[in-house]
Amino acid sequence: MKKSLLFSLMLLVSLGSGAEELVFDPGHPSMQQWLLPDVPPQPENNKLNGARIELGKHLFFDPRLSKDGNMSCGTCHNPSLGWGDGLPTAVGHNGKVLGRASPTVINTGFNSIQMWDGRKATLEDQAIGPMESGDEMATDLKRMFKFLKANNGYRDLFQKAYPGEGVNKSTLTRAIASFERTVISNTSPFDRWVKGDENALSKEAVEGFKLFVDKDKGNCAACHRGANFTDNGFHNLGLKSFAAAEPDLGRYKQRPLRLMKGAFKTPTLRDINQTAPYFHDGSATDLTAVMEHYNVGGLVKTNLSPNMKSLSLNEKEKKAIVAFMQALTSPVEKTETPELLL
Amino acid sequence: MKLSNLVAAAAMVGCLGSVAALAAEHEVGQKDQQFTKASVTVKVGDIVKFVNNDDIFHNVFSLSDAKLFDLGSYPKGEFRDVVFDVKGVVEVECAIHPDMKMTVNVE
Repeated sequence: MKKSLLFSLMLLVSLGSGAEELVFDPGHPSMQQWLLPDVPPQPENNKLNGARIELGKHLFFDPRLSKDGNMSCGTCHNPSLGWGDGLPTAVGHNGKVLGRASPTVINTGFNSIQMWDGRKATLEDQAIGPMESGDEMATDLKRMFKFLKANNGYRDLFQKAYPGEGVNKSTLTRAIASFERTVISNTSPFDRWVKGDENALSKEAVEGFKLFVDKDKGNCAACHRGANFTDNGFHNLGLKSFAAAEPDLGRYKQRPLRLMKGAFKTPTLRDINQTAPYFHDGSATDLTAVMEHYNVGGLVKTNLSPNMKSLSLNEKEKKAIVAFMQALTSPVEKTETPELLL
Repeated sequence: MKLSNLVAAAAMVGCLGSVAALAAEHEVGQKDQQFTKASVTVKVGDIVKFVNNDDIFHNVFSLSDAKLFDLGSYPKGEFRDVVFDVKGVVEVECAIHPDMKMTVNVE
């Protein structure tokens, strides 16, 4: 009895440690934690269906929703530009250059908090933000809802998507959020490798993956963790812009704690090839510049995230991590903009 | 010092000592980017020890009326104590990782 008890305990310890250990082989069970589902979670009052997605797509790409009729959600979140705008920071109403980069819509459905500073909890909360902002779409909401209610095409789509609920802020934001939940990246070479395709990643990219998760080397997974490569957390990365006389304080305005001064949300790394330039201020033009920033442990150390440190990676190692990140980009799915509803 | 004052002081120390002795300690860990307990119920004067068990730095703070505190950030293996001295519900979060939330009910 004593012997069998000892054996059982040894087996448990072995299984326990084995479950935590990563084995960098294609298809290995320990790699499956990086598989992202096809469909993100949805709130109870906004389950995905075809009518909601269709309505949301029309709204997302309709410039008539902005004050001047010249900007849609898709202006700053352009599918041809990785669902961003390719600019260092966004350009809003009347050509005003704004303070932060347009974040990609890719995989935002998996995020538990939205915006660079986390001021919106859900995609539904976020969807009307740019319309309400005088600096962005500057929408006259009263006029917009009058237009939507008078438009036969929209009236029909709202009725199909949300029967009996009418055309209002709730149905509009739920529809846009539904469409955004369909913008998914989970078919990258890395995903194929995780599923067992040993030819999907180069040797260099696999080495980069090992360095990426190694806390004593790349330390990238300290923040870019999980299948969507984000901790949904907030970090001051020591960017040069934080040394400005009046820097963007980021998350601090939502959570007035010293640690949050200059902290911004960790973005996903999926489809990273399409979303340059990088960082919330668009200050890194390419991934090599990003790696260099992390290798020196940030430039401005006054309120640096405690999860950042200088890395001392050599050129080969930095290149390998870049090769790994590039393998997180899924083949582009063609997005057709919808016809204008009349 | 008058004898009566000395007796009173001794009584006070004894009283504080007995309060300290009565204060219970509760432990809440931070593991896999979650608090190990969604909620704990404590008595006024009890201590909650927040222990970081993750490989990354965490923070613990609360902006609740019943207890306002910010423990800064600290790495794996370290802990900070908080004495909950007012009755009420205290919402606790990690500022770095806002998915980490828990509640301390002070009775």
